[in-house]
Amino acid sequence: MSGQWRVAVDRDRCIGSGLCAGTAPEHFQLVDKKSTPLRELVEPDEAVSDAADCCPVEAILVTDAATGDTVAPV
Amino acid sequence: MVAGQDVVQARAYPFGDPDRLNLDPMYAELRRDEPLTRVRLPFGEEAWLATRYDDVRMVLGDARFSRAASVGRDEPRTHPHQNDSGMLAMDPPEHTRLRKLIAKAFTARRVELLRPRTQEIANGLLDDMERHGSPADLVEHFADVLPVAVICELLGVPFADRAKFQTWSEAIISTTSLTPQQIMEYLGNLHGYIAGLIAQRRVQETDDLLSAMVKARDEDEDRLTEQELVQLSAGLLAAGHETTVTQLPNFMYVLLTNPDRLAELRDDPALIPAAVDELMRYIPLGTAAAFARYATEDIEVGGVLVRAGEPVLGALASANRDERVFSDPDELDFHRESNPHLGFGHGPHHCVGAQLARMELQVALHALITRFPKLHLAVAEQELPWKRGMLVRGLKKLPVAW
Repeated sequence: MSGQWRVAVDRDRCIGSGLCAGTAPEHFQLVDKKSTPLRELVEPDEAVSDAADCCPVEAILVTDAATGDTVAPV
Repeated sequence: MVAGQDVVQARAYPFGDPDRLNLDPMYAELRRDEPLTRVRLPFGEEAWLATRYDDVRMVLGDARFSRAASVGRDEPRTHPHQNDSGMLAMDPPEHTRLRKLIAKAFTARRVELLRPRTQEIANGLLDDMERHGSPADLVEHFADVLPVAVICELLGVPFADRAKFQTWSEAIISTTSLTPQQIMEYLGNLHGYIAGLIAQRRVQETDDLLSAMVKARDEDEDRLTEQELVQLSAGLLAAGHETTVTQLPNFMYVLLTNPDRLAELRDDPALIPAAVDELMRYIPLGTAAAFARYATEDIEVGGVLVRAGEPVLGALASANRDERVFSDPDELDFHRESNPHLGFGHGPHHCVGAQLARMELQVALHALITRFPKLHLAVAEQELPWKRGMLVRGLKKLPVAW
């Protein structure tokens, strides 16, 4: 798992709980009360996969940029 | 902008005794004139109180505010005892380590799987209530039981033990209804009880959240300590029902005293999900803002410079009535285009059970409204008994007739 990760947020599903932005502020921010990733491609970072694992509506999808395999949520 | 230390006079907080589900008018004044104000609570150090939506959300969601920093401080609070442990005394990433262990069990998707069983339990309770006959106490026959039955099945706690653990669970929402000694005793009992269930899981694994947490600990002891396992499980059991047990009668009280809104739901049950979120916004569940966040650096909030190390309380109920975000905020309106209320909090500590609570409240409203279309209060509104000495507002009894 050394390649980059792709981070996507489904804004229709997002409820704006603020969990991701509060937990991983270097990766997510709230724009118009909905989560938005600061960068689409990131170096592997547990804070990103944790945010996806903690999202109450599973609105965050983290995939391996090279293979497309799901990294989180698991 | 004014510097924090120039403001000297702190208001006594809470502003008055809770009056049913009415929000103290002082919040509206402060939102207008003084969005960040100094307050002194019955216990602990002085604090700032934020009352506007944007400010409250920032205090709860911005990583520059810390709950872990409350440990060792004389936290501003309404009760003598101070709880320095548990997830609410942690920040990410420590907090995340525990949160992700349980988050999966409470996602919208997982909660949806529990809906049919929740409906079945609700219908069974209403069958019993019908057999009991009108009038009946909705708290005793319905609200006190439904959320407990659901969290018991989810966690794997025997429902038959509910008399015991429901008594002990009051310790987590008590301010002065119990003495500090009772609170310690009840928490001890609750933890002892959970430790017993955990020991059983180690002999025989079962298909429930408790077993999953025990397994997570036993497979990798770095993920959580034994004490964290016990505390987290006890917290889920207690918080997993106390809040919904309290909020469900509050919902029905508001609907029964607003018959037009109740009729609206009866005529169009598809409005129920929106109604649940609107009632979460409208009802000031907490008796006072609690769980102050400590600034970890100098930060401007509501035009005031909060200094590093100072505690700030976010008034959720006031944020939910902020006219900058909600049009006609004091109106109960099931047709709002968006409803970004803070009824479940915000940020890292956003209620882990929010989706479960939403589902339970939706099921409960639907079951009650369709079963008893003529449901009404069985006593005069002024005669309803309200709880005292709790972190939350709630009814002791809600006698209804149909």
